[in-house]
Amino acid sequence: MVPELGHFALILALVFSLLQASLLFYGVFKNQKLAEAYLLPLTYGQFCFVFLSYALLAYSFIVNDFSILYVAQNSSTQLPWIYRLTAVWGSHEGSLLLWVFILSIWTLGIAQFSKPLDKKTMAIVIAVLGIIATGFILFILMTSNPFLRLLPQVPLEGRDLNPLLQDLGFLIHPPMLYMGYVGFSVAFSFSIAALIVGRLDAQFIHWVRPWTLFAWCFLTLGIALGSWWAYRELGWGGWWFWDPVENASLLPWLVGTALIHALANAEKRDAFKSWTVLLAILAFSLSLLGTFLVRSGVLTSVHAFANDAKRGIYILLFLFVVIGSSLSLYAWRSSSLRKEVFFSPFSRESLLLANNVILVVIMSAVLLGTLYPLFIETLGLGKISVGSPYFNAIFIPLMVPLLFLMGLGPNCQWQQMSFSLLFKRLRMSLLLSLLIGISLTYGWMRSSDLLTCVGITLALWITLSTLQSVYRQTQRTQSFYGMVIAHIGVAVCILGITFSTTYQQERHVRLSPGDLVSIGQYSFQLEKIEKLVGSNYGGFSAKFLVKKNNHRIAEMDAQKRNYHIAGMMMTDAAIQAGFFRDLYVSLGEPLDKGAWSVRVYYKPFIRWIWLGALLMMLGGILAAWGIHSRRRV
Amino acid sequence: MTLHQRRKLYFIILMIFSITIATGLILFALRQNINLFYTPTQLVSGEAPQGRMIRIGGLVEKNSVVRSKTDLTVIFRLTDLDKAVEVRYQGILPDLFREGQGIVVQGKLNNQHQFIAEQVLAKHDANYMPSEVKAALKDRYKKDGYGS
Repeated sequence: MVPELGHFALILALVFSLLQASLLFYGVFKNQKLAEAYLLPLTYGQFCFVFLSYALLAYSFIVNDFSILYVAQNSSTQLPWIYRLTAVWGSHEGSLLLWVFILSIWTLGIAQFSKPLDKKTMAIVIAVLGIIATGFILFILMTSNPFLRLLPQVPLEGRDLNPLLQDLGFLIHPPMLYMGYVGFSVAFSFSIAALIVGRLDAQFIHWVRPWTLFAWCFLTLGIALGSWWAYRELGWGGWWFWDPVENASLLPWLVGTALIHALANAEKRDAFKSWTVLLAILAFSLSLLGTFLVRSGVLTSVHAFANDAKRGIYILLFLFVVIGSSLSLYAWRSSSLRKEVFFSPFSRESLLLANNVILVVIMSAVLLGTLYPLFIETLGLGKISVGSPYFNAIFIPLMVPLLFLMGLGPNCQWQQMSFSLLFKRLRMSLLLSLLIGISLTYGWMRSSDLLTCVGITLALWITLSTLQSVYRQTQRTQSFYGMVIAHIGVAVCILGITFSTTYQQERHVRLSPGDLVSIGQYSFQLEKIEKLVGSNYGGFSAKFLVKKNNHRIAEMDAQKRNYHIAGMMMTDAAIQAGFFRDLYVSLGEPLDKGAWSVRVYYKPFIRWIWLGALLMMLGGILAAWGIHSRRRV
Repeated sequence: MTLHQRRKLYFIILMIFSITIATGLILFALRQNINLFYTPTQLVSGEAPQGRMIRIGGLVEKNSVVRSKTDLTVIFRLTDLDKAVEVRYQGILPDLFREGQGIVVQGKLNNQHQFIAEQVLAKHDANYMPSEVKAALKDRYKKDGYGS
């Protein structure tokens, strides 16, 4: 009964979304009163039924209703209840439902908190969101229904959640990521509204900025959580693999980063409005692409959760309709948004524009590398794979000028500035960062790696020049401090990446109980190996005694788990986290005579990568809040 | 030239400049870093280049895994149920590596027709078959006239 109710609620939600799209659009052009009267009730109606549908699916997971195929495939009676709740989004069907649920939350938020906007724009925005919701709910109902029954033979036990996903990081990673993806739909629908109305004034932009910033913050956090999860769960200590699935989340992030900067430009200077609209369309299109690429099984990757390409046609059609129609609308109407604004080629406007161009170029290169194998295969030209060397070879050289410009931007005036004045202002920062960077790398650390030097110098340069802009700024608003924190977050992240890749040490060894392996000042002794009994897994646990310069500093417990139901072996790495370094031990496989193959890593500054991402997110929230509370006159 | 036009010109120059650089980097990177995929049969018949980074996929042949007693070297045979090739790997194998499992290895072919793997990839799902392996096996079935 419960799953049928859930299914029915979802159908009702579809009806509401359809009404949202059609009635409001009709109202906008024919009968303004109608649109105003129905806007809130329709939004609430849609939200309630999507929520009901989601809640019923979650309930089915909690009570282990294995008569539902989706529950049977992704849960089991042995699964702890908290993981049963997160198993709702453990696979394709449920994660799409989560997507729609989050979309309805954002829609409700906009409908509720946008009193200052004119009614016509509002109605168009909600109608566009209604169209998106319709597309998604139809997709779920037609191709990926999570409420399908497994009757008459109901299994007694489910197939359990993929053990990789039974983790704290995964608990919150997909919802955060989706909050970001879906959040860009706000900027998207506002852009569509602006194109239809033919007007994009500062008040409008002022209103949409916090929403976009929030979406960007969620996406940043989502990506960071995903990276942290991969570090802990995949057992080989990496934090980014240039896997297609990771790239799918990076693409909208890159364009989203460009978008939040373009919005600042558009609000302050009334410039680049049609470019901003284009970026908003792009950011959301990439979010859609990302959602579908990850869960539809079009791409094979380490994640490879689903492998059903039947949905491909619908996805392609949907993407084609959304992207195609919004770009056509853009081509038709964007000239109405253009406006001539004066600024010289050397001004903050130009620097922000350069930021946008570089970010979009990086995005295109990453997109190409991600989809290239797919194209080649579709064209029947053979099978290839594009690995991390490709992405590193394009990403790093393109990032360097971007990061350099990051130092200039906040110190440059709007409209016009002479190059010599800017140079005079920043020469100390430039000199200091070059000096410290070079002497630190080649002198103190005795490295001959150019990239290390570039990384350290850029991180110093961003920090110093950003601090200088604080000193010079007269109007220090909350959103200004948000920018400062986010930019310093980038510097922290660069330091983390640089040190952890250059100075990480790793050893793959064969150890028997009693054996010792050392890395630098640290020694790891395998004390004993015990049998392990968990709630839904068994396995082995290896106890290590860690000493630094012969002083004992920690005990580490690396595990190899065998999840009974899924029949999968899982590595649970032991991580001794620290602000300046992580120690990382993971078990490989049992060899003969009680010996095991073991990976041991020393990873300096690795935490700084995620710390930097957290700072970026904090800065974003601060800026969003500052813009929101600043009234526009 | 009006200011507006000049601004547009700068924008276009900037755009062209960065796209040129990006294209150059992409072409360079693509030439170096694309790994072509081969099946064991293709390797045996000599279609694959020596000393170049390539990928091969197949099943780990039953009873072919030999581990060294002293270090982490492993030698096993990878098969597409037709021909098999010997793979040598030094390091820690992924959790899902086992005999009969479909895997993909990345590495180089040496002049003794032994494949020196630098990476062994097994997908993180026991029931999942890498699409490359599936295709390799399918090719062979086709040739022998089993189904499609």
